Amino acid sequence: MNTTTADSDVAKQLALSKIWNNREARSVILQILTMAILIGFFAFIITNAISNLAAVGKTFSYDFLSQPASYDINQSLIAYTSRDTHFKAGLVGLINTGLVAISGIVLATILGFLLGVLRLSPNYLLNRISYCFIEFTRNVPILLHILLIHGIIVHSLPRPKLASVEWNLADLFYLSNRGVFTPRPIPDDLLWISGVALALGIGFTIWFRKYAKRIQDSTGKIYPVFLISIAAIIGLPVLVFFVTGSPVTWDIPEFKRFNFQGGMVLLPEFMALWLALSLYTAAFIAEIVRAGILSVSHGQWEAACALGIRRARILNLVIIPQALRVIIPPLTSQYLNLTKNSSLAIAIGYMDIVATIGGISLMQTGKEMETMIIVIAIYLSISLLISMFMNWYNTRIKLVER
Amino acid sequence: MKKLQIISAAAAVMALGVTAASAGTLQDVQARGELRCIVSTGLAGFAYTDSAGVYQGFDADFCRATAAAVLGDASKVKFVPATGKTRFTILNSGEGDVLWRNTTWTFVRDVDVKLTFVGVNYYDGQGFMAPKSLGVKSAKDLDGATVCIQTGTTTELNLADFFRSNKISYEPVPIETNDESRTNYLAGRCDVYTTDASGLAATRSTFPNPKDHVILPEIISKEPLGPVVRHGDDQWGDVIRWVLNATRGAEELGVTQANVAEMAKGTNNPEINRMLGTEGDLGAMLGLQKDWGQKVIGAVGNYSEIFERHIGKDTDIGLDRGLNALWTDGGIQYSPPFR
Repeated sequence: MNTTTADSDVAKQLALSKIWNNREARSVILQILTMAILIGFFAFIITNAISNLAAVGKTFSYDFLSQPASYDINQSLIAYTSRDTHFKAGLVGLINTGLVAISGIVLATILGFLLGVLRLSPNYLLNRISYCFIEFTRNVPILLHILLIHGIIVHSLPRPKLASVEWNLADLFYLSNRGVFTPRPIPDDLLWISGVALALGIGFTIWFRKYAKRIQDSTGKIYPVFLISIAAIIGLPVLVFFVTGSPVTWDIPEFKRFNFQGGMVLLPEFMALWLALSLYTAAFIAEIVRAGILSVSHGQWEAACALGIRRARILNLVIIPQALRVIIPPLTSQYLNLTKNSSLAIAIGYMDIVATIGGISLMQTGKEMETMIIVIAIYLSISLLISMFMNWYNTRIKLVER
Repeated sequence: MKKLQIISAAAAVMALGVTAASAGTLQDVQARGELRCIVSTGLAGFAYTDSAGVYQGFDADFCRATAAAVLGDASKVKFVPATGKTRFTILNSGEGDVLWRNTTWTFVRDVDVKLTFVGVNYYDGQGFMAPKSLGVKSAKDLDGATVCIQTGTTTELNLADFFRSNKISYEPVPIETNDESRTNYLAGRCDVYTTDASGLAATRSTFPNPKDHVILPEIISKEPLGPVVRHGDDQWGDVIRWVLNATRGAEELGVTQANVAEMAKGTNNPEINRMLGTEGDLGAMLGLQKDWGQKVIGAVGNYSEIFERHIGKDTDIGLDRGLNALWTDGGIQYSPPFR
């Protein structure tokens, strides 16, 4: 009797160790365990948060979004007053985040490509200047860049009164520590004709590029596609604009008692954030671009030269398409970094999404959880959108194998 | 950035349930042997670090008074600096025990943010400061002005309401701390700085040339500033309320830092005896030592002494008692009876 129980125990142990020693079974068990721990962990955190909120008597609700925000925002691309809702205030913040992220990505890309190419230049001086700039910029934390540029603008540029006399370009543009003031265009009735011309120009360019490619494929004749495109997209609308009698009036900034009134203004906070994000990210992009260009083997140059292709065309047709394949994936990650770094706006009071919904609204309503969840969800969505777009672009330019 | 980290840290703390709200703050503090007191990151006269790095000021002294009452030792305070935006999160997450940080008592904060305001240690109102050279006589002249504000405060809302109801325009410049506001104001990023009038006077006292700046006559809001505790911990709320009342009561009854030891030996006035613990058992009712009142006054003095030491007429800040005089002197500072 006793021996049989012992035997069956041994048999059970053997069976268990057999399962454990089976590689597939073991991996399944481990995965189930890991999942269970993960789910348990999140369940714990969530129930704990809920019970703690309940313990202090707080409810979880997004009703506050429809209440008046009651605070003013100094930079808004849409009409906003303090009587609008928290939701609208958040929207203003979201647009401001988008504005600084997009302008930052554009400037960082242009600067980054320029610096990256200069970094490879055989010209010693250009090469070194670019090198020093890149090393300085990317090795100083971005928060310091933001504070430094903001400090320079606020402390060294003249106050508006002085700026209205001394830092004045043709009584139209002013540079002061309250920002850059420029005339603001107000569209008149006939402006739509120029808009139509622009649309026509773009349409023509798309058609012409296809046409030129077809002609080149069949006859080898090459049109100056770039120049013609520029003429169609920029030249035509400008021409139409002047022919219709410049249908725009300008709201010109003017110094009043405290500050300039009218016109458009780039606030110091926007400029500081925009420049700091662009310069910082440009330094990284420059290195990515350099790596991309260096990754194309010299043999490609030589092969193209041997075929008698001009230098500019070699760059366009042989080198850049191959370099882009190396450049795009890390570039995507830089764009994401720039967008996320824009949340440092809070350090200088630029009214982005963190400062509006995640800042003032949070404070005025006491809804920490709710507002932080909104802000996190928004950053996540923006980042995923950028990722999606860049992945699409990456697929488009990747090596087509026949 | 710092603030973001604090918010997220606080959120994480909330999520992980380290909150001490349920346990009874008084017992927690006594068990820990240290009071975690939330104060401003820096406001001259109210809470600021001196050259030795020690927190000083009106609010800081109330922290010390609380520690003296609860732990019997005014030095057992850990100061937790908070910005206007982080203060309630820090309090509600249990990182601090009490908030003595010129915080305005409002309906939403009291009711919806789940805080409990236990009194008012300074009656204030929002004002404006401008450089004299600007020639501004009244806040209603400020049409088109750029205004620096501390973001996340009630002043931000009052400002929006004031300009809106007077139908004049302005550009707000939201700034995180009082020190940054000062820098931006002095650099001319804004024409006007607005905050509580006491804060304006305090900030002005730190300027290179305080006389070049005027505080405009308009007071556009009521700002009752007082201590805050978490909602639902009534015992702890009572302790803070009566520490504040002890300082006011002591002033009214003529008890000072200098004579408290003498008076504690027993006087002819039973109320003084009850407050200082020589008669009756008020301390035990609060869950404190018998001599808690004596410890409070011994550590920081009565309300008048705290006021005059940090923000009164003879300091650089030079505030009048005004509304903050005792009710017997034409003010509204008033302590319920110790009975």
